Amino acid sequence: MLPCAPMNGGFFMHNSNRKSEHADMKRQMTGAKMVVQALIDQGVDTVFGYPGGAVLPIYDEIFQQNSIKHILVRHEQGAVHAAEGYARATGKPGVCLVTSGPGATNAVTGLTDALMDSIPIIVLTGQVPTFMIGSDAFQEADTVGITRPCTKHNWLVKETDKLANTIHEAFHVSTAGRPGPVLVDIPKDVQFATGEYQTANPSNSRYQPKVKGDMEEILELVVAIETAKRPIFYTGGGVVNSGPAASQLLRELVKNTNFPITSTLMGLGAYPASGENWLGMLGMHGLYEANMAMHDCDLMINVGARFDDRITGRLDAFSPNSKKAHIDIDPSSINKVIKADIPIVGDVSHILEDILKIWKSRGRKTNSTAVSKWWSKIEEWRNVDCLKFTQSKKTIKPQYALTRLEALTKDHDRYICTEVGQHQMWAAQYLGFEDPNRWMTSGGLGTMGYGFPASIGVQMGHPNALVINVAGEASWLMNMQELGTAMQFNLPVKQFILNNERLGMVRQWQELLHGERYSHSWSESLPDFVKLAEAFGAKGILCSDPNDLDDAIMEMLNHDGPVLFDCLVEKHENCFPMIPSGKAHNEMLLGEIDTQGVIDAKGSVLV
Amino acid sequence: MSALKLKKGSTSHSAYNLRPTFSDTVEKHTLAVLVENEPGVLARVIGLFAGRGYNIESLTVAEVDHQGHLSRITIVTKGTPQVIEQIKAQLGRIVSAHEVHDLTVEGPSVERELAMFKVSGQGEKRVEALRLADIFRANVVDSTLESFVFEITGAPEKIDAFADLMRPLGLNEVARTGVAALSRGD
Repeated sequence: MLPCAPMNGGFFMHNSNRKSEHADMKRQMTGAKMVVQALIDQGVDTVFGYPGGAVLPIYDEIFQQNSIKHILVRHEQGAVHAAEGYARATGKPGVCLVTSGPGATNAVTGLTDALMDSIPIIVLTGQVPTFMIGSDAFQEADTVGITRPCTKHNWLVKETDKLANTIHEAFHVSTAGRPGPVLVDIPKDVQFATGEYQTANPSNSRYQPKVKGDMEEILELVVAIETAKRPIFYTGGGVVNSGPAASQLLRELVKNTNFPITSTLMGLGAYPASGENWLGMLGMHGLYEANMAMHDCDLMINVGARFDDRITGRLDAFSPNSKKAHIDIDPSSINKVIKADIPIVGDVSHILEDILKIWKSRGRKTNSTAVSKWWSKIEEWRNVDCLKFTQSKKTIKPQYALTRLEALTKDHDRYICTEVGQHQMWAAQYLGFEDPNRWMTSGGLGTMGYGFPASIGVQMGHPNALVINVAGEASWLMNMQELGTAMQFNLPVKQFILNNERLGMVRQWQELLHGERYSHSWSESLPDFVKLAEAFGAKGILCSDPNDLDDAIMEMLNHDGPVLFDCLVEKHENCFPMIPSGKAHNEMLLGEIDTQGVIDAKGSVLV
Repeated sequence: MSALKLKKGSTSHSAYNLRPTFSDTVEKHTLAVLVENEPGVLARVIGLFAGRGYNIESLTVAEVDHQGHLSRITIVTKGTPQVIEQIKAQLGRIVSAHEVHDLTVEGPSVERELAMFKVSGQGEKRVEALRLADIFRANVVDSTLESFVFEITGAPEKIDAFADLMRPLGLNEVARTGVAALSRGD
């Protein structure tokens, strides 16, 4: 271009219509600029991403602004898990930006993870230009086709004029109703072209899920609450997703009724672990008292949980004598696996509010004599003390490591992430969660490699908080490249690795189910984690002696920067209590008593 | 009665609501799904059936409201009452699905299907095919000296019956549209 050539018509406008044209200019912008503008209008402050050919115009716009921080991850899977961690810890949707082809396919695990755990994230992917779609172009993939079953909804935007609106709709769909991941696929020519920018107007969207529960059903539940002899609250991730108000209402309802409460892995923190009515987590590795109470109850009030197979165990023996109320915002969750006697579709906080209102107006009645008898039964189960363990003098038991971590960090402003496996279950059992949004774990999909990038996302959302990722050495290695991200952005995430040099949970199942044939379940050729940390410029700590553990944890906490804590633990420790596959809640294994042959052929088919 | 127990158009007196939800009887249901006519919407519906292991007996789709960009998908499916309820709930979750109706339970409905049959034969068989076509009110839409193409419209059972009769008479090709269905009355 000649230096004196006019750039565009705008430089040579007539004075008279400058004003109106200026207004038009404001609404007209390139697709790439629209992406950034729409994110700003949606209140986004952080984007996790990785550039590539098909998103270069958007990255060019990101370069020219200061409203949105971009966190450069080291792998697109890391971007999505980081966005999940950010979303889970802040209650705001997480945002990712990745390129076409491999960028998009690398995001698939994270999308599926977010779908299973109902985490609101928006993934923006670049795509080859519209005129090349379908030609097997370089870095082309059928992104909307691939991600259709692993998103709540997705869009391929073929016109720049529709881009802004689609992004706004994506935020609305992701966060309204049962939250979930959405994806917007944006071809490169759409990013370059100019179109009209539309502002957000979520009330215009056709997608408006029902949030208020049916009053007749709510009344039926209130009547059941008034008369129940052996009631239990069984709460899940839906309480956390519904927002802080839902947790407050739940606490009020539990306190006022004096009913016992247990929670799924996803729901931990909605009711405080220090609360008087808390039974601990339920399910396959849940607490004895929680599972026994679930089995023997006469009224089960499911609040935002989905009767997952990790919870129910054998279906035909699941809480056989109870009336079951099920509160869920997603109608498809109801009657999917367990028949609900009182189904209530709607948002947890709206429904809990209505339950409290009606229950109070009817005189705050419960069958308190029967309920206190129920509590004495529960006390008997509690006295079994299913989480007891014996710490040896020489090696650190993983349970002990977590007990010490809990003792030394519980007074901090603390957020916990985990990877997937034995350490995850121990963390759920031995750490106490006092508030919602403080516990980030991959529940439904069970994604090894989730925790480290998630901790990065959490730290972005809460820069001054203590963020710990409780990990196993094998899970942690799956996304270890993100140590580069943590270093680059000064994110002082603490990686607390319970290193047993085994795929602990796989090993445990092989011991119980496959005749102790430990096929490929040991971690050979492990790196020296201290040197690995140092190679990235981070701090590494090795601890193998129980006597050094407290000092080592304090050293980790006092270091201002990412820490890789290699905690060498007992190698063959099994995770108890455990409901073996295909067994009922009242058939728990409590420890290393005879575990041989407890799972029959039918049970071993289950995962 | 919540919206969940009672589908739009049915009444609380409907015998449907008296069945046990978890019974093992396999039922055939005709579902009508109104969807946004956008690329990929059929894939969402089919992917849901494939991914969750539901059964499709027949499926028809066409745009029914040009201005409103609405397509109507008619699906005939089989399953236990619990599975049918799940299918409807899962269809309802699809963001581009506007309405999901179970025509089998929401009062009386009419179901029609169009089929074309190519029947080749000579002599007595050819005459017999033509005579039976007349009885079934099938139209001849193409003819050669050795073949007919019949067009027949009706309930799927009627088309099945016609096919059974044509088979010994030289039926060698069939094309069926699948069921289109509407509820009766207003």
